[in-house]
Amino acid sequence: MKTLMKGNEAICAAAIQAGCRAFFGYPITPQNEIPEYMSYHMERAGGTFIQAESEVSAINMVFGAAATGVRAMTSSSSPGMALKQEGISYMVGADLPGLIVNISRSGPGLGGILPSQSDYFQATRGGGNGDYFTPVYAPSGVQEATDLTQIAFNTAEKYRTPVILLADGILGQMMEPVEIKEHPRIEADKSWVVDGRADERSRNTISSLDLSGEGLERLNLKRMERYQEIIKNEIMVERQVEEGDEVVIAAYGLAARIAVNAMEELKAEGINVGLIRPITLWPFPELAFQNLPKSVKHILVAELSMGQMIEDVRRSVAGSHPIHFYGRCGGMVFEPSEITEKVRQIVKGEG
Amino acid sequence: MTKVLYEKSRGLTDTPLTYCPGCSHGIIHKLVAESLVELGLLENTITVASVGCSVLAYDFFNCDGIQAAHGRAPAVAVGIKRTNPDKIVFTYQGDGDLASIGTAEIIHAAHRGDNITVIFVNNAIYGMTGGQMAPTTLVGQKTSTSPLGRMENLQGRPLLVSEMLSTIPSATYIERTSVHDVPHIRKAKKAIKKAFQNQAENKGFSLVEVLAACPIGWGQTPVDAAKFVADEMASYYPLGLYKDEGVAK
Repeated sequence: MKTLMKGNEAICAAAIQAGCRAFFGYPITPQNEIPEYMSYHMERAGGTFIQAESEVSAINMVFGAAATGVRAMTSSSSPGMALKQEGISYMVGADLPGLIVNISRSGPGLGGILPSQSDYFQATRGGGNGDYFTPVYAPSGVQEATDLTQIAFNTAEKYRTPVILLADGILGQMMEPVEIKEHPRIEADKSWVVDGRADERSRNTISSLDLSGEGLERLNLKRMERYQEIIKNEIMVERQVEEGDEVVIAAYGLAARIAVNAMEELKAEGINVGLIRPITLWPFPELAFQNLPKSVKHILVAELSMGQMIEDVRRSVAGSHPIHFYGRCGGMVFEPSEITEKVRQIVKGEG
Repeated sequence: MTKVLYEKSRGLTDTPLTYCPGCSHGIIHKLVAESLVELGLLENTITVASVGCSVLAYDFFNCDGIQAAHGRAPAVAVGIKRTNPDKIVFTYQGDGDLASIGTAEIIHAAHRGDNITVIFVNNAIYGMTGGQMAPTTLVGQKTSTSPLGRMENLQGRPLLVSEMLSTIPSATYIERTSVHDVPHIRKAKKAIKKAFQNQAENKGFSLVEVLAACPIGWGQTPVDAAKFVADEMASYYPLGLYKDEGVAK
């Protein structure tokens, strides 16, 4: 049964359905409905809720809870995500699973509370110190946000890694009909947990410290092998490209939703436009940009930033097509008409 | 017939300690280990190690252990304890970790009255990184970042952690001890044991500050360093019970 829910609340309901039993957060707009919802529903689900003293503490509480094998999460928005990077890096170093939700806003600095996609680099390039990646899921609607939340918990446990759900202020705040589906929880190995049972097994320890170069290199390379598995198994992308399409728009999340409206308008004008919408931003769906139909002459990257995903698109296209860019930043959100105008210019050779 | 007069506590692993000659960490480790064994809590305990000289504490205590980011040990401990309330969780933190970079985490663990035990080792210096000034360095004390001695007008007077935390309404038990001689080691053991007993009885936030010697960091012999603790540190940092409001929750 579908119910009308805000994106922020639907993410919480999906997390609890997925077995999340610990939430640690801190107030920041535009994600406040997440800690608010959790403060009531997490307790009712028999879990743990703490409004932490800071974003730094919240992610370190996730670190502690996750180390005991509990499904744990935190949420924040851009400036708060910057504070969490220390803990995310430590979670990676200690191979701990967990979900971090970023309902992003505009920056840099305190920036503004309007939606933006300017945290793409931070999310897809590690974000904290050290040599690592985290899987990043980018929903473009409330239903997809709930589905990806559930998938994210399984991915986190399967590969023992923190996972990021990257949405924005509009997706967090808007209401849509949504169904919180029954999502099967994977049976993950939990023999490594630190939960005070040294009387039942040999003692376990968790640390991201290794002072020997050889040892740390070995650990990092082992993690790299898991990254290769993630790349092989977990890439998600929506690809709507057909023979006859002249332009392909590459966009994710909210920007992709707006682009779809523009595509319908352009089709009515006789300009056929395709869409490649990465759902996982890391790993990036590189192959979706290969073997494009012969009719495709241009690629337009549309982002609510000054251009970040465009670097991954450029890498994936590898010079086969000219790449154009349209973006708004600072919290400004483009209208479909801005995209249609940009495409018209591109087709006319003026883009 | 041979008789066993003394043996290493089974609360410690066989991993060789990484501490310098004359350092107090070894004594404090022993007190923690003995307390956990005597209270029958060892196997169900989780050590939360911090950053500093005791960074490898999770290798030394013979129970589950985890290593936390600098200053964040109380937050990590809270994440563990709240999701596993029937287990014993303690942090082991130095003064750089707890009194400088981790002030927010320790204050708010106390503020929430989280039922954890904190062993706070105050040796008035950053030992691991080579002897820099700490918030607890005494006025006039020379360190590698206060080469002329800590100056009150520039660096303020040392932070009194036990006094400060004892003003927090939800903190349960705060005591300052020292390990510079045998009578004080005995008192410190009693306090540490009580701090774990409190947690087992669900009484809330317990912290034992232990004044400790860092002969290498201070540039002193172990004997002089112990004397410095007794004479200089204990006169600025008065030993004793600061708060004891243990009521089972």
